[in-house]
Amino acid sequence: MDTHMPPRQKLVVVGNGMAGMRTVDELLKRNPLKYDITVFGAEPHVNYDRIMLSSVLAGEKDLEQIVINPRSWYEENGINLVTGDAVTAIDTQARTVTSASGRVVAYDKVLLATGSRPIAPPVPGLDLPGVCAFRDIADVNTMIAASEKHKRAIVIGGGLLGLEAANGLLRRGMQVAVVHLMGTLMERQLDKAAAELLQRELDERGMNFFTNGQTEEIFGEGRVQGVRLADGREIPGDLVVLAIGIRPNIDLARAAGLAINRGIEVGDDMRTSVPDIFAVGECVEHRGKTYGLVAPLWDMAKVCADHLAREDATSDYVPAAMATRLKVTGIDVFSAGDFIGDETTEEVVFRDAARNTYKRLVLRDDKLVGAVLYGDAQDGGWYFQLLREDKPLGELRDTLIFGQAFASLAAGAPAADPTAAVAALPLDAEICGCNGVCKGKIMGAIAEHGLTTLEGVRARTKASASCGSCTPQVEQLLALSLGDSYAKPTGEKPLCKCTTHSHDQVRRAIVDQRLRTMPAVMSTLGWSTPDGCHVCRPALNFYLLVAWPGEYQDDQQSRFVNERNHANIQKDGTYSVVPRMWGGLTTADELRAIADVVDKYAIPTVKVTGGQRIDLLGVTREQLPHVWKDLNDAGMVSGHAYGKALRTVKTCVGSEWCRFGTQDSTGMGVKLERMTWGSWHAHKVKLAVSGCPRNCAEATIKDFGVVAVDSGWELHVGGNGGIHVRVTDLLCKVTTEGEVLEYCGAYLQLYREESRYLERTAPWIERVGLAHVKQRIVDDEVGRKALYAKFLYAQKFSQDDPWAERAPGKAAAAPFRTLATVE
Amino acid sequence: MDNVGIESRWVEVGAVEDIPRQGARVVATPRGDVAVFRTLDDAVFAVDDRCPHKGGPLSQGTVHGHAVTCPLHNWVIDLETGEACAPDEGCVTRIPVRVQDGRILLVMVA
Repeated sequence: MDTHMPPRQKLVVVGNGMAGMRTVDELLKRNPLKYDITVFGAEPHVNYDRIMLSSVLAGEKDLEQIVINPRSWYEENGINLVTGDAVTAIDTQARTVTSASGRVVAYDKVLLATGSRPIAPPVPGLDLPGVCAFRDIADVNTMIAASEKHKRAIVIGGGLLGLEAANGLLRRGMQVAVVHLMGTLMERQLDKAAAELLQRELDERGMNFFTNGQTEEIFGEGRVQGVRLADGREIPGDLVVLAIGIRPNIDLARAAGLAINRGIEVGDDMRTSVPDIFAVGECVEHRGKTYGLVAPLWDMAKVCADHLAREDATSDYVPAAMATRLKVTGIDVFSAGDFIGDETTEEVVFRDAARNTYKRLVLRDDKLVGAVLYGDAQDGGWYFQLLREDKPLGELRDTLIFGQAFASLAAGAPAADPTAAVAALPLDAEICGCNGVCKGKIMGAIAEHGLTTLEGVRARTKASASCGSCTPQVEQLLALSLGDSYAKPTGEKPLCKCTTHSHDQVRRAIVDQRLRTMPAVMSTLGWSTPDGCHVCRPALNFYLLVAWPGEYQDDQQSRFVNERNHANIQKDGTYSVVPRMWGGLTTADELRAIADVVDKYAIPTVKVTGGQRIDLLGVTREQLPHVWKDLNDAGMVSGHAYGKALRTVKTCVGSEWCRFGTQDSTGMGVKLERMTWGSWHAHKVKLAVSGCPRNCAEATIKDFGVVAVDSGWELHVGGNGGIHVRVTDLLCKVTTEGEVLEYCGAYLQLYREESRYLERTAPWIERVGLAHVKQRIVDDEVGRKALYAKFLYAQKFSQDDPWAERAPGKAAAAPFRTLATVE
Repeated sequence: MDNVGIESRWVEVGAVEDIPRQGARVVATPRGDVAVFRTLDDAVFAVDDRCPHKGGPLSQGTVHGHAVTCPLHNWVIDLETGEACAPDEGCVTRIPVRVQDGRILLVMVA
């Protein structure tokens, strides 16, 4: 041992949660050698991000992804970690702590980070199986297990935590009822208007609300069966989640004789009434207040680390304004500061009922003191920055409500490029609200450590490492620092050279941030080109079409020539035309009309396709509308043989004629084609129906293949007869034609929502796994029906014959005409 | 410099409005089809409607920035220079364009 070094003191940390480990982390940064550290955790896990439990519940993240400090971190820092063993006593005279298993450890300093525990309502039935809180990994496992066996869930509590729990259970296919004591949801974070918008949106997603609902009894025999409210209403349920609030966990501190009130009382230096015992996080009470959000915990951690590191530290914990975001995918809610206001405040309100957006800013003495954003919370960070700066707004007030991009534009700044917006922020602007990381710290870390990835920034600064909502800004800072050399670290390639974002990231952003136009996508996600390129534009057009059916205006100029001209371009610049033949059926009249068209326009080649229809090759651009009109007049419509769309439904003759046929495969094929024609996809989609297992329609190399058997229909998915031949996987067997239609529609909708543009069903299934597709389409009945409904809804807007719309003389036919002829 | 001879003349071929933004229309001329483009920022360009690669109709391509992607094999042609973008090599003939009061005029060499 180095005799010049003072002997290390013993620090015992009680609680292996976020606040405790953040304090240790901060302490190690300040003085890594001062203490031998022992950490006791009651849970059997390493330190994880409790905030992200809602994402685990919703199936968006798995447990590994929410670990903050892996075991190696403890080892590298010489920390003695004791998990699954709670501390049961502190002897402040003997200066020891004792654990449940009987371990006794001496200490010089103690850090209490015992967190909080859920509040349980004072009602009978809390001990029934199927009743849990939403607090730790064990709770989440209970909820996931219940969602696999049971159908109905009741969440008691309509606050932030309760709604995230309810959303997660809904995503797992349960029917969810939310009981809330107050008249409006999230009343501590939202004003009434925003709360009502939120309730409406969640209601549309299928949540049932019982507001002004006081729980009187949780009932059931052997397992929970429901909840009875004070007004007599009874709600049936197989799972009850308690999420009405938290209370500081103070039992240990009380027994040790520390001063406590609602929480463990601490001073501005985070010291308890016993000078060698500190406390941080949700277990503390500071100046009469207790805390449940993460940002103040980080501030406490820093102050506490200062005082643990140096006896003469002078830093004080000062409560700062807080901001909250709801982590419910696709719903953007933000609030900060004093968003209710009083008689000394003024408010600026913006409401766009059609777009479901609402913003309310509260001002006092020309300063921003509070904000509530619903539907579009992109500017939350900017408002929060203004709020914390506490400076007079001046001219900014006029444009404040329209957000940062508009306000800086009005102030004469260049175009609303999001990178420019981040570039314009001062160095002390807070980027990560969860971890209190400012822009300067991130930029400094990137420069000093040569960081090139999001993970690198997270590891060095903790920015975007908690709730993740500031990830776009952190990425923009990386892009700002590194320029073109910044590539997204996802492993998945950027969509095209105009962006660093991958297909999946873009799709998510469109839905989560409610981006409804192509310029909105490009400006929000920082496209490097003014209007994209031939790679990204068709992809974005498709993604927007799927996300906002009936609302998004299809952009013809962003479609590839074949989809813009509704015919297949050939090597000489002429086109091929394929009319639809439903299920491969045709008639003498149709064939006669086709023959007439061939004669009239001197079409050089006529060919029967592999998809059971007729291809007319060598039609010139100017002839197209005329050829279509003649085919339309004979009752035929576009076959979409040119599109990333439903192509054909190939059939065999089936039981109507075939001596082996077991079902009417032709009729089934026609019904499928009537339902699916006109639908746009990430790539071409081919269907087939065979009337018996001899499979003459080659259904097992199709994107969706149906094979009739005596007792019903086998459904096969993910086949491909192209470069990489792939035989389908069996999805399941169903009995009725109605089920075939439902499963097919749901499956195609899932593919539409999850695929990357130009990815056929075969590689998509290999990527996401057959088990996933089975789970969504076969196991999850409610989810399947919802997907099917979405498919049918989108089809309402896609089943107009594009040929008829471009008949000669109509405006849409103009592009096919030569603009002028110069002699 | 464009080689505009004495025999050349400006010929009106239509209005800017006749061409969709990020699109093109075809003008038939004695030298063959000419593609007239209108970009997102309303700039107008004209080039021979034949890709230097395999003769694809550039007028039917995807227009982005001041460039067009050929519909046949995705060559990207810079409309300002007529050059194919790297790694492809080739050049398409540009036709001088003038826009007056919303009307498009092309230079035609007799």
